[in-house]
Amino acid sequence: MENYFDLVPLVVLIPLVGMLTNLFFGKRFGEQGVAIVAVGASAAAFLIAVILWIAQVNTGYVPAVIDMPVLGDWINITSAGLRIPWEFRVDSLSVTMMLVVSGVGTLIHIYAVGYMHGDSRFPRFFVYMNMFLVFMLLLVTGNNFLMMFVGWEGVGLCSYLLIGFWFDKPGGVGWKNSDAARKAFIVNRVGDFGLILGVLLTFWTFRTLDYYKPGEMPAAAHHEEAAYEETLFAPDLPEDEHHETATGPIGVFNQASAWLEEGDHEVNFGVISLSLEATITLITLLFLLGATGKSAQIPLFVWLPDAMAGPTPVSAFIHAATMVTAGVYMMVRSNVLYHSSDLSSFVVAMIGATTAIVAGFIAVGQWDIKRVLAYSTVSQLGFMVAAVGVGAYAAAMFHLVTHACFKALLFLASGSVIHGMEHGHHHLHEHGHGDHGHDDDDFDPQDMRFMGGLKDKMPVTYWTYIFGTLALAGVFPFAGFWSKDEILLDSIKHGVNDGYLSGYLAFVLLLIAAVFTAFYMWRQVSMVFYGQPRHAAAEHASESSNLMTRPLIVLAILSLLIGLINIPSGFPILGWLLGKHEFTSFLGHSVTFAHAGSFNFLLATMAVILALGAIYAARALYNDKTLATLERDPLELDERTAEAFALANAKLYWDEFYFKYIIWPYRNVAYWLAEKLDWEIWHDFAHERLIRDPFNRATQFLAEPVDKGFIDRNFDRLGTLVRRVSDRMRVIQTGYVRTYALSVLFGALLVVILILLPVLRELLGL
Amino acid sequence: MEASEVSVELYVLLSAVLFIMGVLGVLLRRNAILVFMSVELMLNAGNLALAAFARQWGNGDGHLMVFFVMTVAAAEVAVGLALIVAIFRTKQSINIDDLHMFKD
Repeated sequence: MENYFDLVPLVVLIPLVGMLTNLFFGKRFGEQGVAIVAVGASAAAFLIAVILWIAQVNTGYVPAVIDMPVLGDWINITSAGLRIPWEFRVDSLSVTMMLVVSGVGTLIHIYAVGYMHGDSRFPRFFVYMNMFLVFMLLLVTGNNFLMMFVGWEGVGLCSYLLIGFWFDKPGGVGWKNSDAARKAFIVNRVGDFGLILGVLLTFWTFRTLDYYKPGEMPAAAHHEEAAYEETLFAPDLPEDEHHETATGPIGVFNQASAWLEEGDHEVNFGVISLSLEATITLITLLFLLGATGKSAQIPLFVWLPDAMAGPTPVSAFIHAATMVTAGVYMMVRSNVLYHSSDLSSFVVAMIGATTAIVAGFIAVGQWDIKRVLAYSTVSQLGFMVAAVGVGAYAAAMFHLVTHACFKALLFLASGSVIHGMEHGHHHLHEHGHGDHGHDDDDFDPQDMRFMGGLKDKMPVTYWTYIFGTLALAGVFPFAGFWSKDEILLDSIKHGVNDGYLSGYLAFVLLLIAAVFTAFYMWRQVSMVFYGQPRHAAAEHASESSNLMTRPLIVLAILSLLIGLINIPSGFPILGWLLGKHEFTSFLGHSVTFAHAGSFNFLLATMAVILALGAIYAARALYNDKTLATLERDPLELDERTAEAFALANAKLYWDEFYFKYIIWPYRNVAYWLAEKLDWEIWHDFAHERLIRDPFNRATQFLAEPVDKGFIDRNFDRLGTLVRRVSDRMRVIQTGYVRTYALSVLFGALLVVILILLPVLRELLGL
Repeated sequence: MEASEVSVELYVLLSAVLFIMGVLGVLLRRNAILVFMSVELMLNAGNLALAAFARQWGNGDGHLMVFFVMTVAAAEVAVGLALIVAIFRTKQSINIDDLHMFKD
């Protein structure tokens, strides 16, 4: 079975081939051909991911490192000891990510074929989608931080390209789209800067960037401190194997473990040196900055809601299911480092939990169907990050997987709703000449105020939406219940059992965030599907095509069942039927500090009751009566909640805050620098006064008196002299042969006389 | 033979007279062919002097030189006459005073 691991480069190369094919021949293929190539590439990648998964299971979960054929090393500077090979890593963590990315990706590709039908840039869209797959899969399969960084930047690029995909929409919408794209890219730059600094620091500290060297095993965790944890599944080798192999090359994580165990390790930075612990804290905080960018956490989450300007399949795929989880993946991958730094873990937990509750709060006040989901995504990512912060790495990955399913589902279903609304709107214009005129220029197919009563018009979308909502709200037995419950339980245990303050805080914040989640989701369901249509477009909406609804059904089934892969131990009946924490066991082979969640009946019941209560409250508030008009939100009308709603509706003035305290000051500084420093001081003074003017004067001097007055003049004189002399001399030149002959004669006579001179002297007696 | 011997001075004198006639011809004549003939006259004056001195000193070098001069003169005649014909064709004249195009 080990041979099958050699297939892993294909997981990246096949989408690359698909992308290049569509790039060069897409226009000739037509929609159908492009769709077959793109979906085929994605499906093939998924197939390979499945093969790798089976191979992992059959080989006893041994991590494998596979070289990229042909390419060999990317960077190899022997003198600096810097070697970055193109190596892929097949272990349970990367296989999990591959399955999620390519699996959800394939479904969304299929859906997008229907959604993008008729778009003028259909081939380009799928080129970008396949390109995203290439980079995302590179991100999760690379065996070193730099390969991850390549993928990390690549998915950022694809995200930018796809958010701004409709940059040419009329009526100023195109501008907003491309603004959103730029915002996403620039905000992510901040995070990426942190990440690359972290990577550089990692190299400085550990002298390698490889997670693990080929043949090296991840260290098994020492669980003695965690009394509540169930026995765990160490890899099938002696506990201390890595100590024996420590003589060979050793990767970042095992090196960190080994040095931490030795203690007293210092990292030398030339001028100062830091303890290893402090360095790791610094590295992990820098990684966290990277994660807050890519995974949309406070303070860098502001780009994600705007990123909804992209086509809906993109929102589902990149901005909900896969790319935004890259930060979580990266932190789980670095669990050894995070585990060793209490400070970093605390900060991570607090940022995650705060993000979860803040985004959950904002989502309550939104009218745009996709914006609600966007804030919901931010909130759920907050759950995952908080899970990393409380040391529940397996729970974070588990929530990542379940969230990918149900949030992709919700986004795709919302896309179906938008599609239906647009369809209804077109229908209106075709069949109602004159009657409606252009009175609905402000119609927005994404605004929930225009919807209502879509339940009967779009039954498949409705039912799948309900599935997704229940999963997100965490209602038993849907997927979200299992994963969210595990995070909550792990947080409170982190507080109670291990005595970390962050555990208590995270627990409380996340619990409230979970209540918000259920509330805003059911508010959305009520507004979109219940009551009566509030706009003619909603009245004429119709169900989307099979290409779009079938992926919804698959995802709905997954949203119901995917939670069963990780039944907590101690859960009645199901745990006995389906095995205990299978997923955590699986992950445990590559994530050193994965620990299995147990089950607490009281907490689970409380969470479900809170969720159901929030759903009930939402339905009571958004009943058929209030839904009939819905020009203003019931929360807005009640004076007790009006202020809070306004705050949520304005997104807590977060963007305004950034504008006022960061962007405007920054612009002012930039203007000041441009005007004063660059223009006045540098250009006017330094350049013109100090450099240009003296230079001018010097050249003036050299040109006028020196060159013209002296050199030029003397050469002119020389020329005049030559002319005068020659004027005189040309008189000799008569042109008559006779003259020349005469001069020859004289010359000859002269010669003869000279020769005869001594004879003559003698003759004359001198 | 002793009595009938003509002294070398007379040969040289004849040679000088011939040479001066040639020089005057070159300087004073305007017809190119006559100038040319005067040049030939000078060459032959030189030949006469060479032959005379060769005989006087009993040295064959002078005779040898005479043959060279005659050969070169023959070649020179061929080229010179050709030039004169070419000039006549273009200028319709062989008056050497008309030939001062370089000056103008």
